[in-house]
Amino acid sequence: MNKKIGKFMIYFTLICGGILSTTPFVWMLVTSLKTMGESTQIPPTMFPSKVMWNNYVEVFKLLPFGKYFINTLLSTLIMVIGQLVFCSMAGYAFARLQFWGKKKIFLVFLTILMVPGQIYLIPQYLIIQKLGLLNSLTALFLPGLFSAFGTFLLKQFFETIPRELEEAAIIDGCNPFQIYWRVMLPLIKPALITLAILTALYGWNSLMWPLIVNTSASKMTLSAGLASLAGQRTTNIPIMMAGSLVAMAPMLIFFIIFQKNFIEGIASTGSKG
Amino acid sequence: MKNKKTEQAFWGYLLIMPVFLGLMIFYIIPFFQNFYFSFTEIGIFGGSTWVGLDNYKKIFVDKEFWQSLKNTFKYVIIAVPLGISISTVLAVLLNTKIKFKGLFRTIYFLPVIAMASASGAVWKWIYNKDFGILNFCLSFFGFEHISWLNNPTTSLYAVVVVMIWMKIGYNMIILLAGLQSIPKSLYEAAKIDGASEIRQFFFITLPLLTPSLFFVGIMTLISTFQVFDIIYMMVNKYSIAINESTSVVSLFYRYAFEFNEKGYASALAAILFFIIIMITLLQFHIKKKWVHE
Repeated sequence: MNKKIGKFMIYFTLICGGILSTTPFVWMLVTSLKTMGESTQIPPTMFPSKVMWNNYVEVFKLLPFGKYFINTLLSTLIMVIGQLVFCSMAGYAFARLQFWGKKKIFLVFLTILMVPGQIYLIPQYLIIQKLGLLNSLTALFLPGLFSAFGTFLLKQFFETIPRELEEAAIIDGCNPFQIYWRVMLPLIKPALITLAILTALYGWNSLMWPLIVNTSASKMTLSAGLASLAGQRTTNIPIMMAGSLVAMAPMLIFFIIFQKNFIEGIASTGSKG
Repeated sequence: MKNKKTEQAFWGYLLIMPVFLGLMIFYIIPFFQNFYFSFTEIGIFGGSTWVGLDNYKKIFVDKEFWQSLKNTFKYVIIAVPLGISISTVLAVLLNTKIKFKGLFRTIYFLPVIAMASASGAVWKWIYNKDFGILNFCLSFFGFEHISWLNNPTTSLYAVVVVMIWMKIGYNMIILLAGLQSIPKSLYEAAKIDGASEIRQFFFITLPLLTPSLFFVGIMTLISTFQVFDIIYMMVNKYSIAINESTSVVSLFYRYAFEFNEKGYASALAAILFFIIIMITLLQFHIKKKWVHE
């Protein structure tokens, strides 16, 4: 009997928590399908009396939302590819190759991880400004191509791979680059997926950097675009909610498809930290 | 042999080159530049003039700064313990033999995936004074309508709820992995000795979870100190509660990119850096006292 009550309490708590964590999204969806009038109705309606799919069309008319979409997608994609290539190269070198100054350079990389990001922002902004890259796609991803965290993560992973696997390639006369490219890279696929997911999440959702470098309407990202929509004095709430959902949707779909990788990836950063 | 060595070094330098240059240009040099800038005044086009300690002196007597620092500490003091306690409870419950484990995990993880500007937008609507669903629900219990985000006494707490909501899934996943790494044999031994489940929790689970708790604690602490996105989304510039909810990073953003006082903002960033480093070091220092090795 006692056991049954315990089980019930566990499910009860988990379900209540689940409801609390999803309600905002449900409310976002419900509101996004209402007319402006119905969204301000008291008592609020749970099911829109007239389903306004049109709000999803309106949001693309109200703002250059399609452009935001492409900007966000491209900058995130380039950031992910850049980090995968650069960080895996460096991670492999730090894990396997001997060269003078290796430890010291790696230590410098590690200290970057400790520093709050705001400290780089003003100089980074001034660099982008000097390069004449304000309001460009390049500005969105340029500093994000390089990551101390990604290098660290992949180095840790390269180190777990048994050396025997490389030996055959060494005997065959492969140079370090060939070993990295042909032997090692396929072996660290799980870590590459983790890094890709974390970078994509960061790139897609980040707000402050896109907000400061790209102020012209056609160069914004989704999150900065949403912020500018929310900042307007009279916001059409259902359209705002439709925009929020559209902005989140690709990441949500990505998450649902790669759920296992997301969760294992996040968990692995915890155990290696 | 010697040839091999130089070959390795050659490839070593070549392979780290892109990351090395990128981090140098965009992170390492900027790190020092920021300190230099904090002693200067920066014009709109990037030219700087030396002003010595002026920025720091100004910050020291700036009421807005002290208020933002107080707010930031409040965010940390509320969000870190509360968020981690909730995540721990959920992780422990999810680690029991239950159905739909994967579904629960997915659901709790959704706020982590969600874009902060989208989450901020919907929460702002939930908190709305006249049409928000929160006030509507509370009205059943006889509460007056409150303008949660525009009220100096409530805005900080309204924001902190969202901060906790956003972080629970992330922390829970890491704690769950920590729980799963505790050897089952320990619990079996405890059962044979007749230890109750509550005793098992306090004498096995909690001590062995401390490394994960430490990691989650440090991560939450550092990210909460840097909170910006949701405050920016939820608390309007013109809100009368802006002072009571601004964080140090929000203030940094406004000075750097709205008021264009980049020297002053650099000094703010430098101060934030020192605070975070001090607190992180302090955490590592007291780690030995409570974290299981």
